[in-house]
Amino acid sequence: MNTMHDTSRRDFLKGTLAGAALLRSGRGTGLLAAAEEGAALAKSRVVIAHDALLRGTASTPGSGVDSRRMLALLDRAVQALFDRDRPIEAWKKLVRPGEMVGLKVNTLGGRGISTNPQLVEAICERLQEAGIEAANIVVWDRSSDELERAGFHVSMGGNRVQCFGTDRVDYEQDLVTWGSIGSRLSKILTQRSNVLINVPVLKDHDGAGVTIALKNMYGVIHNPNKYHPDGCDPFIADLNVLPEIRTRMRLTICDATTAMYEGGPAYKPEHSWRANSLIVSQDPVALDSTGWQIIERKRAEHGLKTLEADGRAPRYIATAADAQHRVGTNDPARISTIEI
Amino acid sequence: MYRELDVQGAVSLDVLGDKTLSRCSLDRRSFLKCALATGAALGMSEVAEPAVGAAPWTGQQSPDDSRFVVEAKFYEKLENRKIKCKLCPRECKVGDRERGYCGVRENRGGTYYTVVHSRVCAAHVDPVEKKPLFHYLPGSLAFSIATAGCNVNCKFCQNWDISQSRPEQIPADYAPPQRVVELAKQYSCPTIAYTYSEPVIFSEYLMDTADAGHAADVRSIVVSNGYMQEEALKAAYGKMDAVKIDLKSFSESYYQKVVTGELKPVLDSLVTLKKIGKWTEIVYLMVPTLNDSETEIRGLAQWIKTNLGVDVPLHFTQYHPEYLLKNLPITPVPTLERSKAIADAEGLHYVYIGNVPGHPAQNTYCPKCKRLLVERVGFTASQMLIRNGSCPFCQHPIPGVWHT
Repeated sequence: MNTMHDTSRRDFLKGTLAGAALLRSGRGTGLLAAAEEGAALAKSRVVIAHDALLRGTASTPGSGVDSRRMLALLDRAVQALFDRDRPIEAWKKLVRPGEMVGLKVNTLGGRGISTNPQLVEAICERLQEAGIEAANIVVWDRSSDELERAGFHVSMGGNRVQCFGTDRVDYEQDLVTWGSIGSRLSKILTQRSNVLINVPVLKDHDGAGVTIALKNMYGVIHNPNKYHPDGCDPFIADLNVLPEIRTRMRLTICDATTAMYEGGPAYKPEHSWRANSLIVSQDPVALDSTGWQIIERKRAEHGLKTLEADGRAPRYIATAADAQHRVGTNDPARISTIEI
Repeated sequence: MYRELDVQGAVSLDVLGDKTLSRCSLDRRSFLKCALATGAALGMSEVAEPAVGAAPWTGQQSPDDSRFVVEAKFYEKLENRKIKCKLCPRECKVGDRERGYCGVRENRGGTYYTVVHSRVCAAHVDPVEKKPLFHYLPGSLAFSIATAGCNVNCKFCQNWDISQSRPEQIPADYAPPQRVVELAKQYSCPTIAYTYSEPVIFSEYLMDTADAGHAADVRSIVVSNGYMQEEALKAAYGKMDAVKIDLKSFSESYYQKVVTGELKPVLDSLVTLKKIGKWTEIVYLMVPTLNDSETEIRGLAQWIKTNLGVDVPLHFTQYHPEYLLKNLPITPVPTLERSKAIADAEGLHYVYIGNVPGHPAQNTYCPKCKRLLVERVGFTASQMLIRNGSCPFCQHPIPGVWHT
């Protein structure tokens, strides 16, 4: 389902201009169609891909994710995002042979609520098909121990996909600064990746409100504990502006196979649900805005207060979208949400 | 594996300043640190070097980490396995598997732990004047230790690489309290100093070490920001023989913007230390244009006079660009001298100028007869004339801890 929003004045103007240009070139199929296409181009796409049978059929229920179905789900999501018929076409828009690709996962929540290894396997498979050598892919987070607790096999060296924490290679010696941030960056980001694919999870956070794409970058720096006051605002937004992050970031694939609407960030099974979904976007702000609303809907289903009423609305999302940051958009009129 | 702390062959960085260079590798940061360490020998205060004897960090987590994990004091349990830390005024509410602002205290299943007990990342034999404490055993040495972590984030921190890091990010040695006491005695240090990073955050370790030291006639002093809750302050710093508090400014806005803390609790701590009779000296790092106005200095001096008395030593020290605050010049000496003149005029008896080698205001003078009582060269007390806590010329009592 393509959820359409009202067209803003700016979108309308952009669409009109694009339509006029097409008319002049003689390629247009009509002003309205061209305007819609122009407006669509200006929007950030967020794809929510769902598979109710991700963990098996009703007759074969299980807690584990089916790897084959996960790959299919990923393909559908990425194809929809890039409007391509075949997954390889989509991935070739993202990466080029010879690039080094870092997959920043989130493993704080252990096996209960961390990035799924099956999802990461699926991404690695498609990256290699797109021409990325296995050894040039690194799956990483802050700590190797946490990676292993989440089900990943730590692996360094050899001609295979790499997987380890920053604890194995340290942080850069020099500080990088922007706004409220002064931090040392993981050498995995700076030395092992020129492309970053963010693979967070979808969950509630007792301080920040929600932790999805933008906050997952806290795992890139040496001192995240300094940036939790005031609902992590403006720290998360400032962090995502750092050129070392921004210039590498190509895609966010949020693992919402299991999600949490309360009690995060540690895993609380009583507050989690099997969403069996992936949320994919190239705009982390739009993705976080969308994810936040999903969590709010689930909170409402369970009779919980909104995050705003609970005093922990994720204000950092709006900050990341403001004129000083421009990491993405949180304006519903500028977000095209595609549910498949 | 973490090694047991050992200082064999590595005596004071300050006493043997040239040997510092031989222990540094040649990457840019180490070079800078060497330069800073050399600067320390010349007068800059309290720059920490990595723990003596520490092996280069391999980045490997060690099962020995469990040796450093001890249940924290000063916290209360909340619902849903959360806790509220009661160590400092920040009162972090910490969820399961998370750490507080300091980065060294972790909630594990609803129980709060310190992960830096006996986890020493810096250890040196320093002159006590380096802390600086000028009215405490002049000319004596302090076996000085630190762990990673801090409960504020001063933009000018000289030791940010340990204070603003998590413990697992920097090399550390295993140094249980008894071992620290043994080393202090081995190096003829009558005192153990908790310093360099922020001892508030390793209070449990500090308390245990102080107890072990006192049982062996070794004293304890602490160099702290004083940003601490009253109960914790009394329990932990009540075990100290002297305290140096870094009062970063006399304005709340500076504390919020530059320190990421609050002024009021620090002032409260100073008053509490006075009430419990703890020998206390105050250091005020003077940052050009940010906390050096005449109004602020006068207000500071008046507050000290009113609340702590005129005999509390006040050290105005020179700022050097570091960490996140590099766009300001070194504090001009005339600025320090002007501040001292203001504090003198307000009636404070012992106002010093620090980090300016050779300045006459690093000496102690009798407030009554104005004669020189303690002469200091760098961090060395070259002349000490105080006898039985009094001026030998006019018998005016000079407050402090003068004799072992």
